Amino acid sequence: MQAAVIVFPGSNCDRDVAVCLEAATGQAPIMAWHGDANLPKCDLIVLPGGFSYGDYLRCGSMAANSPIMREVVAQAHKGAAVLGICNGFQVLTECGLLPGVLMQNKGLNFVCRNTQLNVTNNKTAFTSLYSAGEEITIPVAHNEGNYFADDDTLKQLQDEDRIALTYAKGDNPNGACLDIAGISDASGRIVGMMPHPERRAEMTLGGEDGKRMFTGIVEVLS
Amino acid sequence: MKATIHITLKNGVLDPQGKAIENALGSLGFGGVDDVRQGKLIEVSLDESDADKARATLTDMCEKLLANTVIENYDIHLSEA
Repeated sequence: MQAAVIVFPGSNCDRDVAVCLEAATGQAPIMAWHGDANLPKCDLIVLPGGFSYGDYLRCGSMAANSPIMREVVAQAHKGAAVLGICNGFQVLTECGLLPGVLMQNKGLNFVCRNTQLNVTNNKTAFTSLYSAGEEITIPVAHNEGNYFADDDTLKQLQDEDRIALTYAKGDNPNGACLDIAGISDASGRIVGMMPHPERRAEMTLGGEDGKRMFTGIVEVLS
Repeated sequence: MKATIHITLKNGVLDPQGKAIENALGSLGFGGVDDVRQGKLIEVSLDESDADKARATLTDMCEKLLANTVIENYDIHLSEA
C-alpha cells in the first residue's frame, strides 16, 4: 500500500502524519513537495495541517492551485483515498473535492484545545474502526474552522450521510454549521476534518483516539 | 488597463470581524453605526486594452482564485491605465 503526505510551504503537521502512516502501514510514506508536477500512483494521500502559503488570500486557496494538487485531484478521481486535516480540509474545499468553506472562527480567536467529537458516520473509509456515535477526544488548533455551506448543501450532506464527525453538544469551538467537524465526499473515500488525529495517536500524546483514522484506512485499503 | 476588484461576503454570511469593528466603533463613541462588513480590495494591472476582454479575464480570475463564491461576491471596476 502506497501512502503520500503532501508538503506545502508552511505545512507543519506533515512529519507527525508521516509517523502515524508509517506506524499504520509499516513503511514510510512519500513526502511530496507542492511544486512537484508528478506523484507516483498512491492508494492514500494525506494533506496535513499547517499554514500553507502563509494562508495568503484565503486559507488553502493558494495550495489548492499548486502543481501537486492537479495530481492529487486526478488520483482522487481515479479512486485514491484522501484525508485532509485542518489546513488540508481547507485545501480540499478550495480545490472542490469537498463542498463548503472553512471560515474564520466565530469567536475571532485561534482555538487550540481538545474537543469531544461524535463519530456521526462510521462508514467512511477513515472512520470504519470507530463505532457509530462513539464519543472520542481529538484536539483542534485553528483560526478558520467554522464550516459553512448553503442550506441546500448542508441538507445534501445530511441526506447522503456525509457528515463524518461532529463536535459534541456544547463543544463546538468555532461556530461551524450543524457542529460539523468533518465531512466526506459521496463515496466516503475523501474526508476532510478540522481536528488533528495525528496529535492524539499514541499514549505519550495523552490518548490514542486519533490512531484509528490511520489504522482504519489501512485496513480498508489492504 | 487597471482593475480594482472588491470582494465582499454575501448577505447572510456571518462576518465576525465586521461585528468586532462595529463594536469597537461603538465603544469609541461613534453612534448609529450598523451593518459593518469587512471585505478585500485587489488591484490588478492588465496588458489588455479591450474592456470586454479584460472583464472576461478578470471574471475568470475571480471564479478560479480571487473569490470563493460559496461565501463571497466580487465586483470588478475597470479604468484606463
